[in-house]
Amino acid sequence: MKVKVISRSTDEFTRERSQDLQRVYHNYDPNLRPQEKAVEYVRALTAAKLEKIFARPFIGALDGHRDGVSCMAKNPNYLKGFFSGSMDGDIRLWDIANRRTVCQYSGHQGAVRGLTVSTDGRILVSCGTDCTVKLWNVPVATLTDSDDSTDNSSEPLAVYVWKNAFWAVDHQWEGDLFATAGAQVDIWNHNRSQPINSFQWGTDTVISVRFNPAEPNVLATTASDRSITLYDLRMSSPARKVIMRTKSNSISWNPMEPMNFTAANEDCNCYSYDSRKLDEAKCVHMGHESAVMDIDYSPTGREFVTGSYDRTIRIFQYNGGRSREIYHTKRMQRVFCVKFSCDASYVISGSDDTNLRLWKAKASEQLGVVSIFLSRVFAVTLHPREQRKHAYHEAVKNRYKHLPEIKRIVRHRHLPKPIYKAASLRRTMMEAERRKAERRKAHSAPGSIVTEPVRKRRIIKEVE
Amino acid sequence: YPYIYNRDGTELHCLKEHGAVLKLQFLRNHFLLASINKFGQLRYQDVTMGEIVGNFRTGLGRTDVMRVNPFNGVVSLGHSGGTVTMWKPTTAAPLIKMLCHQGPVSALAFHPNGHLMATSGKECKIKIWDLRKYEVLQTLPGHAKTLDFSQKGLLAVGTGSFVQILGDFSGSHNYSRYMGHSMVKGYQIGKVSFRPYEDVLGIGHSMGWSSILVPGSGEPNFDSWVANPFETSKQRREKEVRSLLDKLPPETIMLNPSKIGTVREAKKKEKPTKQEREAEMEAAVEAVKGFVWKNKTKGRNKPSKKAKKKQELVAKAKRPFLDQQLKGEQS
Repeated sequence: MKVKVISRSTDEFTRERSQDLQRVYHNYDPNLRPQEKAVEYVRALTAAKLEKIFARPFIGALDGHRDGVSCMAKNPNYLKGFFSGSMDGDIRLWDIANRRTVCQYSGHQGAVRGLTVSTDGRILVSCGTDCTVKLWNVPVATLTDSDDSTDNSSEPLAVYVWKNAFWAVDHQWEGDLFATAGAQVDIWNHNRSQPINSFQWGTDTVISVRFNPAEPNVLATTASDRSITLYDLRMSSPARKVIMRTKSNSISWNPMEPMNFTAANEDCNCYSYDSRKLDEAKCVHMGHESAVMDIDYSPTGREFVTGSYDRTIRIFQYNGGRSREIYHTKRMQRVFCVKFSCDASYVISGSDDTNLRLWKAKASEQLGVVSIFLSRVFAVTLHPREQRKHAYHEAVKNRYKHLPEIKRIVRHRHLPKPIYKAASLRRTMMEAERRKAERRKAHSAPGSIVTEPVRKRRIIKEVE
Repeated sequence: YPYIYNRDGTELHCLKEHGAVLKLQFLRNHFLLASINKFGQLRYQDVTMGEIVGNFRTGLGRTDVMRVNPFNGVVSLGHSGGTVTMWKPTTAAPLIKMLCHQGPVSALAFHPNGHLMATSGKECKIKIWDLRKYEVLQTLPGHAKTLDFSQKGLLAVGTGSFVQILGDFSGSHNYSRYMGHSMVKGYQIGKVSFRPYEDVLGIGHSMGWSSILVPGSGEPNFDSWVANPFETSKQRREKEVRSLLDKLPPETIMLNPSKIGTVREAKKKEKPTKQEREAEMEAAVEAVKGFVWKNKTKGRNKPSKKAKKKQELVAKAKRPFLDQQLKGEQS
C-alpha cells in the first residue's frame, strides 16, 4: 500500500546560487493569518505616525527680490522655469531645481501686477501699474545648465502703453491672444500695439482674469464690485455675472473639469462654481482665517492650493470642505501668490517678505535620493519596493482612517499661535451665530424663517 | 517558577511573578505569555518588555487545562466542575462560561479556523462544539488525556498508550475514525501535537517522545510571508523584526476579531418611564428648595423678594424636564 505524505525536497524550495533571488510561495487562505484586521490596524497606526515623522514639506526659499512678490507665472513647456514679479518692477526667471535666478527682466516702473507665458513658452507677457504691457523673450532652456550665474537682463521685445493701470494678465491656453484686466477687460494680440477688443460691464475695476483651459474663447474675471463675470470672445458682450457679498481676489479653472472654477474670496472661503449654473456654489471650502489672496489648481484637477493674507498656504481637495494640509513658517509673511508646479509635486508661494518658497505638495512624500556626481545634482527615482511600501501604507491608512486614534494622528497639524487663536475665535463666533439663528427659527412660526444653504448664502444674485 | 532559556541552554529569566505554574501558553501575535498556577490565577505577561498585563483570579479552583484559541487569541481554561471559561487580558471576568461536561474537563483543543472546539471530560465523553452558537455538534465516547487539531482539521485524541486520529471527511463536522496508533504498552501518553506544515504527529510520553506520520494532516502549501520552513537566518531575523513591529496591543483580543474597524452598534437608550421622570423632577425641586439664603443687610432682605427668587429657582429647575416632555409630545 502506498502512503502519500507531504515531502518537500530542499532544492525545490531553496535557491541554487547565492546570486539568485529567494523563492517565495503564496497561500492566500485566511486561516493561515489569524487576526488580520488587528494587524492591519496596528500597521495603519504605525503608518500614520511615520507619516507625521517624515512630514517635512519645506524645501527651500528662493531669495533675490528686493520687494514683496506680487505675481507668478509658470512655463507650460518647461517644468523648472518659474517667473515672478515683484512690487518694485523686477521680474525674474527662476530655475526651481537649483533655486537660483536664470534671467532678470527689469524695466517696469511700478509694481508688476500680472505675468503670463504664451502657449509655446517663448514669450513672457507682463503688465503693471505703470499702464504698460511688456513682452519679453524667454531664453530657450539648454540641457546642461551653465554654472556661471546668468544675471543678464534683456530688453523687452515690445512695450505697449495704454490708458489705465493694469491689474492682471492671462494668456489663452491654445492661441495667440492674451487678456489684461484694468478698468475693463482688453483682448490683445502679440503683434498689435492696441487691444483688438474690449469688454466692460459696469464701472468697476476688474481685478483678475483667467482663460478656460479647454475652451479657448471663454474667460472669467473678478471685479471690485464683488462679481465674477464670464466672457465669451466670440460674442460682443459679456455672457454672465454672479454677484457675491464680498469680492473675489482670484479665480482658477479646474484643468480636468474645465466647466468648474474656484474663486478665492475675501471672506476667507473659496467657492467652487459650475460655470453653467452660477446661482449656487458647488462647494464652499472653509479653513483660512483671513482673506484668500490667490488660488491655483493642480494639473491633476484633484486638489488646489490657496495662499491667504493670514500667512499660511492651504491645500484643499477639489470637492472637500476642509483643507488637507496647511503650510506655514515664521518667516513667511502675507502670501500674495501661489502656484502648483506642472508635475503636481511642488507648490511655490510668493509672499510679502520678498521670498519665493518651494514646498512639497505631499508633505511626507519621499521624492527620491539626491546624488551629487561631478558636482551636478541628480535626483534618482525610488526603488520599486519602496514605492510599493508607500502605496501599502497609504492604502492601509485610508482603510482605518475613521477610527479615533488614527484619525487624531492623521488630522493633527501644528498651527502657529495667532492662527490657532484666530481659528478658535472664529469658531466661537460662528457657533454663537448658528445657535441664535436656530433659536430664532425654533421660536417663530414654522415655515416663516427659511434657512439658506451655505452654498447659496453668499451669493446676492446672478445676472445674464 | 517558569524559566526562559536561550538556544544554548543558558537561563535568561526566572519569572517569579507567575508563581508555581501548571501550564504556559504563548499568544504569538501579541507576544503575551499566559500562565495558570496551582491557585487558579491567570497571568498575562508581555515578553518584549516584561510587564504584567493582567492578573486574574479565576475563582474556580486549580486547573491544568489551558489552551489558546489561535483564531482570536483568547485563552480558555477547563475547570474541575466541567465548565470552560474564556479570558482576555483586559477584563477581570471571563468572556464566556460554558458548562461542557458533567465531570472535570480533562483536555481542550481549538480548530485553526476558530469555529470548532473539542473538549473531553473525565466522564468518558469527547464533545465537538461550535463556537459561534456555543452548541454541541457531536459527542463521541472515549477518554482523552490530550487533544489536538491539525491544520487540516484532523483531531488527535490520546489516552493511556493509544492515539486515535479522527477526521471529518464530508466537511459536515461529523468526525469519524481515521487512524489509530497504539504504542508499546506501559508508555503513558502526556501530550500530542501536530507539526504545522508536515504530516507528522508528535507524541510526548513517559519514556520520551516519538512521532508518527498522519497523511493529510498538514497544510501542503505554505506562504513564505507567514511561515517558511526553509527560511535562512537572514529571513528569520527580518521576520522577527517585522513581527515585533506588528505586535498587537492586548486590547485587540476579542471573541470576534473581525469587529475591528466596523461600526459599533448603537445602544438603545431606554426612555425613563413617566414615574421616573416625575421622581427626577421632584428630586431637582427638593434640591433647590434646600438652598441656604444669604442674610442681606441694609434693607435688601425683603421677604417678598426672597419668595419671588425662590419661585424663579424652582421654575428654572423644572424647565429641562418640561422641555423634554414638550419635545416628546411634539415628536
